[in-house]
Amino acid sequence: MMRSLFLTVCSLLLLASCRKGIIIPSIMSEEIPGFQRQPDGAGTVQGFYLLNEGNMNMNKSSLDYVDLINGAYVRRTYEAQNPEVVKGLGDVGNDLQIYGGKLYAIINNSNKVEVLDAATGKRIRQVIIQQCRYITFYKEKAYVTSNAGYISVMDTTALQETARIPTGRNPEQMAIAGNKLYVANSGGYNPKNYERTVSVIDLDTQQELKRIDVAINLHRIVADKYGDLYVTSRGDYYDIPSRLYVIDTKTDLVKKEFPIGASNICINGNLAYIYCVEWSYHTHKNTISYAMIDVRSETLLDRKFITDGTDAKIEIPYGIAVDPDTEDVFVTDALDYVSPGILYCFDKTGKQKWKMETGDIPAHFAFLKK
Amino acid sequence: MATTMCIPKYVSVLLLLLSASVAAQQKTDTLKAVHVNAQRIPENINPVTPVQTLSGKKLERLNSLSVADAVRYFSGVQLKDYGGVGGLKTINVRSMGTNHTSVFYDGMMTGNAQNGQVDLGKFSLDNIEEISLYNGQRNNIFQTARAFSAGSVLYLQSKIPQFTDSARWHGKASVKTGSYGLINPAVLWQQKINQRLYSTVSAEWINANGRYPYRMRDRKYDSTATRLNGNVNAFRAEAGLYGTLRDSNAWSLKYYLYSSARGLPGAVVGGEFHYGQHLKDQDMFAQGSWSKKIGRKYSIMANARYSNFYNVYTDPEYLNQERLLINHYRQQEIYASIANKYDITPWLETALAGDFIVNTMNSNIDRFPYPTRYSELISLASRVHFRRFEIQGNVLATLVQENVKAYAGAGNKQEYTPAISLAWQPFARKNLWLRTFYKNIFRMPTFNDLYYTYIGNNDLKPEFVRQYDAGFTYTTALRGRWQFFSIQADAYYNRVNDKIVAVPSKNLFGWSMMNLGLVVIKGVDVNMSTAWMPWRDIMLNAAVAYTFQDAQDRTTGAGSHNYGQQIPYTPWHSGSFTAGIDWREFNLNYSFIYTGERYNQKRNNIFNYTEPWYTSDVSASWRHHQYKLTAELNNLLNQQYDVIANFPMPGRNYRVTLSVNY
Repeated sequence: MMRSLFLTVCSLLLLASCRKGIIIPSIMSEEIPGFQRQPDGAGTVQGFYLLNEGNMNMNKSSLDYVDLINGAYVRRTYEAQNPEVVKGLGDVGNDLQIYGGKLYAIINNSNKVEVLDAATGKRIRQVIIQQCRYITFYKEKAYVTSNAGYISVMDTTALQETARIPTGRNPEQMAIAGNKLYVANSGGYNPKNYERTVSVIDLDTQQELKRIDVAINLHRIVADKYGDLYVTSRGDYYDIPSRLYVIDTKTDLVKKEFPIGASNICINGNLAYIYCVEWSYHTHKNTISYAMIDVRSETLLDRKFITDGTDAKIEIPYGIAVDPDTEDVFVTDALDYVSPGILYCFDKTGKQKWKMETGDIPAHFAFLKK
Repeated sequence: MATTMCIPKYVSVLLLLLSASVAAQQKTDTLKAVHVNAQRIPENINPVTPVQTLSGKKLERLNSLSVADAVRYFSGVQLKDYGGVGGLKTINVRSMGTNHTSVFYDGMMTGNAQNGQVDLGKFSLDNIEEISLYNGQRNNIFQTARAFSAGSVLYLQSKIPQFTDSARWHGKASVKTGSYGLINPAVLWQQKINQRLYSTVSAEWINANGRYPYRMRDRKYDSTATRLNGNVNAFRAEAGLYGTLRDSNAWSLKYYLYSSARGLPGAVVGGEFHYGQHLKDQDMFAQGSWSKKIGRKYSIMANARYSNFYNVYTDPEYLNQERLLINHYRQQEIYASIANKYDITPWLETALAGDFIVNTMNSNIDRFPYPTRYSELISLASRVHFRRFEIQGNVLATLVQENVKAYAGAGNKQEYTPAISLAWQPFARKNLWLRTFYKNIFRMPTFNDLYYTYIGNNDLKPEFVRQYDAGFTYTTALRGRWQFFSIQADAYYNRVNDKIVAVPSKNLFGWSMMNLGLVVIKGVDVNMSTAWMPWRDIMLNAAVAYTFQDAQDRTTGAGSHNYGQQIPYTPWHSGSFTAGIDWREFNLNYSFIYTGERYNQKRNNIFNYTEPWYTSDVSASWRHHQYKLTAELNNLLNQQYDVIANFPMPGRNYRVTLSVNY
C-alpha cells in the first residue's frame, strides 16, 4: 500500500518535471500547395503581409507573410523578427498598411501602432494610440483613428504624434480625396445613439470642415479613382439593415444608395469587391452575401468573384484584397473566431487556386511592392 | 432543518438533540458496514456515490483562504482562476462545464440565474466546517428536488454550534495577514440560549491591495511587472438559529450577507497591462428549514429561501459618450420546497419532493427584457438497501415557464430526467464496494445566455449531459503503525449535448450564444489516503488525488473546425498530493498541486499550448492553550504560471494567522 502510494507520488513528480516552455520556431515557412501565379508583364507585387486579429484578451494577433514569387506562407514573422518585444505583437490587430518602405500594424486592444521595416519585418518603433482603429497616409504624415474620438497625426519620419484632430464618436476607416480626409464615424459604443456622419477634414489646415449625414453606425470608407467614396453602414442589427452609400467628393453629398449590405469593400481599378456578413438579433443568424460594382458606371454587376461554389464553405468572410497584377482575389474566413482561419486565393474568373490555414481571425492585407 | 438534513454527517454531532432524525438513521445505515474501526478510518468514504470531502482539521491543514483554494485538491476538478485574492474562481467538474455544478450553502442551493457560475473565491474558509463534492448527486433520497438537478453538487457547510460540555458559549477570533496587503480579521460567536435553542454569529472583513509581482518570459525577453487593480474590500456576516421542539421537530434559520468591492485586473496583453474596471457585489440571503418525523415511517422537511444578489460593473475606460459604463444587475430568487419520505419496509424507502422557484432579473443595460422564470421541480426517488447491496433511482420533472416584460421570452420547457445508482459489497469481510451510476441531467440556459443584450439568444435549448460512472472504494484498517489505507477510483464517460457556446455574431466584440457542440469526456479519478504513526505522539497523514481526462470536441456540421481536439483548459493529467505531520502542539503540512499541459483555445496547436504548472505550499502551526499560530508559504518555488491565458497568478506568497478559541 505504501508502495503504491509512493509510486503514485513519484509518477506525479515525474509529470511535474516536464515544463518544457513554449518554443515557437523562429521562421515557419511553408510551401503553399497548388500555388501558381502568372503576373501580367513584369508585375509590381512580390507578396503581402496578412494581419491576423486574434481573439480579444488572447494576445494572439500575428503577422504572416505570403511570398507570391516563391509560393511560400511564412507564419508569425513579427515574433521571428522581434523576439525581444514583451508579449509580442499584441491583442487584436485592426489595420495594416505599407507607406514609404514602412509597415504599419494597428493593434487595437494593445493601444499601439507597430512600425516595422516593410522589407525585413524588423521593428522600427511603437507608437501608443488609445484604441487605434485604422491608418491612412498623406504627404509624409500618417493619420490614425482612435476610438476615443480623434485622429492622431504622426510624422512618418519622426514617428511621433504631432497633432490630434477631433472627429465624431468612435471613428473608423478613413479615405482621402484631393486634399480632404473623410472619416466614417460609428458611435458604436452608444447603440441607442449611433453617429451617422462622415467627418470632412482639410488636410492642409488639419481642421474639420463639416460632417456629411449618411446613415447610422458607419464603418468602411474607400475612394475610387473618380472622386467618389464608398461608405458602409452597419445598421443596428435589428431593424435598420446594413447599406452601401456613395459620396461625391466634389459636392460632399451622398449621391447614391446601393440596396445591398456591405461589411467590407475593396476597389481595384473599376471594380469594387464587396462581401456582407449581416447579423440579426431577431433571427440570431448571419446573412452572408457577395457583390461586385462597376465604380465607373456605379452599377451593381451580375458577376461574382467566387464562382466555383467555395462561397458556400466560407463561414465568416473577414478580409478581402485584390492582387493588382493578376486580379486574383484573396478572401479570408474567420470561421468561429477562436480557430485558425483560412486564406483563399481565387483567380479573376472566381475559381479557387489555393488555400492556406492562417492565424486566428485573418483580416488585413498589405501588398509589398517590388 | 436543512442544515442537518442535507449534510447528515453533522447530524451525528447533533444526535443528542435530534434523537429521531431520519437523516441520521440513513447515514448510519449506509455507513454501518464501513465503520469497522471507527477510530482509525476516515469517515468521509462513501461507498455508494463518488464523493470527496474536506472537513475540520483536514481543511485547516490546507493553505487555503477561500473555498476555491480548497477544491483544487479534489480529483476531477478544474478551477478556473483569474488570479489574486479578488480574481474570479469557478469550478468545472469532470469537464462538463461550470454551469453543471451547483453549489449548496448550508443545505440550500446558492445559484446564479444570471450566469450560472458561482464565484468560489467569495466563500472564505473562515466559517466553513466542511466541503463535499458529489458527482451525480448525494446518495440520500430524502432531500429537496433541486438537490437532484445538477451534474455534480458542491456542498458547503458552515460551522454549526456544538455543545458537548456544559459550556454556554463558544467564541473564536482570528486575524490573518500576509502578501498583497492582506488584512483579514474574523469573529465567531456561538451561544447556547437554552437546551433547545442555539445561535451563532460570524463576521469577517477582508482587505487586500491585491498587488503582486509577476514575470513575463520568452526566448529573448524577461520582464517583471506588478499586477494592479486587484484590490478587494469584502465584508461577510452570518447569523443562524438552530432549534428543536418536542415531537422531534427541528428547525433552523439563517441570514447571510456579503458585500464587496474589487478591481478587475484584466488580461495582460502586449502594450496593455493595467485596467480600471471595478465590480461591486452585494449578496444576501435568508433561509429557514423545518423537519419532523411522524410515526416511525414518515418524515417531512420544508425549506424556504429568499436571495437578492446585486452587482455593479464599472468601466471608466469605456469609449461611449459618457466615457463611463455602469451596469447594474439585480437578481432575486424565492425558493420553497417540501420533501417527504416514507419507509415502506425496513429495506425499501421512497421519497417525493416538490420545489418551486421564482427567479427575476433587472438591469439597466439596453434592450433588457426583465425576465421572470418560474420553475417547478418534482422528484420521485426510491432506495432499496441491504447490508451489502444498495440501489437508488429517481426521476426529476422540471417545468419552466419564462415571462418577459419586453422583447421576446424563451418560452416554456418541460424535461424529465432520470438517475440510477447501484452499490455492492462483494465480500462480507472485505471493505470493498463496487459502484456505478447513470445520470441524465441538463442545465437551463442562464439569463445571460438568453437575454444579455447583443449576446443572448432566446431560442436556446437546455444543455444536456449524460454521465456514466463505474468505480470502487476500498478501506482497510491496518494493524501496527499504519492506521488505515483507503482508495476510491472511478472511471467515467460524459456526453455534453447541445452545448451552449458563444459564437461570433456582428464582429469580434459581438458574440452570441448558440446550442452548438458536443463534448465527449472519458476520465478517471483516483483518491488515496493513509495515515502512519511511526512513533508515539507522531502522526503522519498523506493523500493523493489524480485525474485523467480525455475531453474531446466532437462537434460536427456547423462549427466543426476542431473535431477530436481536447477542449480548452482541460489538462490530460492533473493531481494533488498532501502530507502532514502532527506532533503534540505542532503541525507541519506540505501540499502539491499539478496541472498538466493543456490548450487555451479549441485547436491543439503550438500557439495555443499552455504549459503545465505545479505549486508547492507549506504551512506550520503551533497550538498553545486556546491560541493557535499558523504560518503559510505558498508557491514555494515561485513558479510563474497562468491558469487562464494572460491572467498571471501570484508567485511565492505568505500568510500568518493568529486565532483564539474560547
